[in-house]
Amino acid sequence: MASKAYPVATAAAAEWRDFIALTKPRVLSLVVFTGLCGLLAAPEAINPVLGFTAVLCIALGAGAAGALNQWYEADLDAMMARTSGRPLPAGRMDRQSALHFGVGLGVFSVILMGLAVNILAAAILAISILFYVVIYTIWLKRRTPQNIVIGGAAGAFPALIGWAAATGRVETLPVLLFALVFLWTPPHFWALALFINSDYARAGVPMLPAVAGQRATRIQIMLYSVPMAIAAVAPWAMGLTGALYGIGASLLSGFFLLLALRVGLSREKDQAMMKPERQLFAFSILYLFGVFALVVTDRLVMA
Amino acid sequence: MSEYTPEELAEIRRRQKSRALVTALVLGALVILFYAISIAKML
Repeated sequence: MASKAYPVATAAAAEWRDFIALTKPRVLSLVVFTGLCGLLAAPEAINPVLGFTAVLCIALGAGAAGALNQWYEADLDAMMARTSGRPLPAGRMDRQSALHFGVGLGVFSVILMGLAVNILAAAILAISILFYVVIYTIWLKRRTPQNIVIGGAAGAFPALIGWAAATGRVETLPVLLFALVFLWTPPHFWALALFINSDYARAGVPMLPAVAGQRATRIQIMLYSVPMAIAAVAPWAMGLTGALYGIGASLLSGFFLLLALRVGLSREKDQAMMKPERQLFAFSILYLFGVFALVVTDRLVMA
Repeated sequence: MSEYTPEELAEIRRRQKSRALVTALVLGALVILFYAISIAKML
């Protein structure tokens, strides 16, 4: 880690809101949604209280991972305009408080999941936290331009955890949902990276557009979109979902591929003119929410 | 002698108080949750 280039706070300085900010609340919405969908799409019903507890644990675990990410990356966050206002780089919290909060929250979420729900869900939750913090944040984020791909795996775990919480098993459908989120993440983030001025390069993070250039990034967006669409349609093709999901996921994936193709074939250099890239980014969010909502709706209709 | 001015000390106390209040609320919510989990596990 680089030396501390940000104000050092005292232990007494942090407000409770700073601890909330440490959990990256905006990221939590997607985590909670996919986790809840994984839980609701499972063929076995779970007691509502235990289901709530499972989703709460998923959210707390993701919050812990976010807090530990901010603990480790405080020096990097201080160098980027988007993140310089976070509690650590802004000097509102000392690093030890962030570390204790992150570890405490992570351990608590895993233990609660294990005691209240089941051991398998707790084990996957623990793996997802460790994956995000150790493999992604500490090991690979600053070393490879494929960092977003690896980070995507961390975001893909909640659906798997939700399913495991309800059934106590890992089956084909949640693994396909995991693959979907994993393969969706690169086109989603790289589309954004093409049209915004990121200061990742200045902070020493090898983001693909800065390292390999726009052309390579556009090709990678197209390349990842194809297996992503296959993963989205596969549950229907394999007979794991009904026609409602199959038709809906096919239409959404077809439109995603079309937008990805436009981005891939574009040679636009001016960020202000990158309309297809903006459209792909905006649609990608709608796409993921749509596909997961379809899984649950299809399950409810079939039931 | 304190290293803080009276204003800084007042601000630190205010933050500590709000953190303590939120901690109490979280602990209260956990008591209710653990009770509900205990009942749910018995069903």
